[in-house]
Amino acid sequence: MRIFDPHIHMSSRTTTDYQAMYDAGVRALVEPAFWLGQPRTGVGSFTDYFDALVGWEPFRASQFGIRHHCTIALNPKEANDPRCVPVLEVLPRYLEKDGVVAVGEIGYDSMTADEDKAFAAQLALAVDHELPAMVHTPHRDKAAGTERSIAVVRESGIAPEFVVLDHLNEMTVKMAKESGCWLGFSIYPDTKMDEERMVAILQEYGTEKVLVNSAADWGKSDPLKTLRTGEAMLAAGFTEDDVDLVLWRNPVEFYGQSGRLDLSEVEIATEFEGNSILRGARK
Amino acid sequence: MTTVDELRAALPEPASAWLADASARVAADASALRTLFPGVGRRCGRGPLSIPEWTVDDAVRVLLLVAASDVDELPGLYRYGDAAEKRAVLRGLSFVDGSVLGLELVADALRTNDTRLVTAAMGDYAAEHLDDSAYRHGVLKCVFMGIPLAAVAGLDRRTDDELVRMMRSFAAERAAAGRTVPADLVAFVPELSGEDS
Repeated sequence: MRIFDPHIHMSSRTTTDYQAMYDAGVRALVEPAFWLGQPRTGVGSFTDYFDALVGWEPFRASQFGIRHHCTIALNPKEANDPRCVPVLEVLPRYLEKDGVVAVGEIGYDSMTADEDKAFAAQLALAVDHELPAMVHTPHRDKAAGTERSIAVVRESGIAPEFVVLDHLNEMTVKMAKESGCWLGFSIYPDTKMDEERMVAILQEYGTEKVLVNSAADWGKSDPLKTLRTGEAMLAAGFTEDDVDLVLWRNPVEFYGQSGRLDLSEVEIATEFEGNSILRGARK
Repeated sequence: MTTVDELRAALPEPASAWLADASARVAADASALRTLFPGVGRRCGRGPLSIPEWTVDDAVRVLLLVAASDVDELPGLYRYGDAAEKRAVLRGLSFVDGSVLGLELVADALRTNDTRLVTAAMGDYAAEHLDDSAYRHGVLKCVFMGIPLAAVAGLDRRTDDELVRMMRSFAAERAAAGRTVPADLVAFVPELSGEDS
């Protein structure tokens, strides 16, 4: 099984995770820019993070034979902090980097006026930089938030096939599918969505334009939930080809719209700016 | 030293065409560099040029800096650049007009342990502008990191007794540890060849 995890926060994960992912068949992933648990207090904190997403983290991933890409954005939660909002001014520089394949995560957290502004401004940036957009649908008041997200996407003028609505569930999948956007599902140990419910959604709505991710981060999460979903699909009677479509070809097609997806053979690099992550003696 | 005309003449046709259009944009508004600079590799290619040590993306980026002719953009391009962009800014320092502002960028690059950046930092601009101490330490760092001294600019005229002393000391330290003395270093301080390493 070849796996492309379209949403996973590797900066928060260990080298053990990278190895387990490789062993499970993960060969490519996208790390969206998001919050860190601990709130940021200024623009410099974002830019150092963005530098890691286009620098250190791809290097780390390459040591495990995994191709790393990222998305860049001001996330919805921190769009409410006036100390963070000026990061919008440096986004155009980052949105032109080779490893950046979408604008994201954007969207709503608490559906404030500040979030409205940042969301609309960043959809406009996606259009300017000819990039897809990754829209995080809110954890609270999800149905209303998803509906409003779809309306903002429509007003922005971005083509719906350039947008993925992520963290969908049984309440929001129908309206998302009708919008023409791609459908993202985050499979978590306890919350959001699990693999059995995911299989039921695939049976009802089909495999077209569906992206399944682990969204693993610094919280309780599991970077192998993509594999587990593939296994659950096979157990439920889906074919190997169905699994390959959902876990590989769909994310390749969605992010491929950026023109920057690089899935050529991953070289095993050994050092990044002189630092190796291999501990112990190397003579 | 490679000239702007030589770089321009060496570019393959598609890269030249892209550069002509981009140059017009940055000449009209230098801030256009901020979004044109990062994408050069995927738009123009990254292959080697007929000029030794030069690649298509390095040359196009340097020529863009020349076209923009605005040194105020350099610190931002360097700060927000990935490794390829930083390298091009460092290489560009000797092609754009004057200013000592490049010294800060060279100092930053010499603090890293990225051989690509250290190599680019020790180019013609460093040979021209670094003070004696910084220049000597830059050269020593190259030896330490295994960067060929052939890549360091200005050695013939900037080598002084103190640099030779530092090299000799480094060689002695290596010898004392039972490690090999880099061949480059032996060539640089000929009397070392007689010493046991």
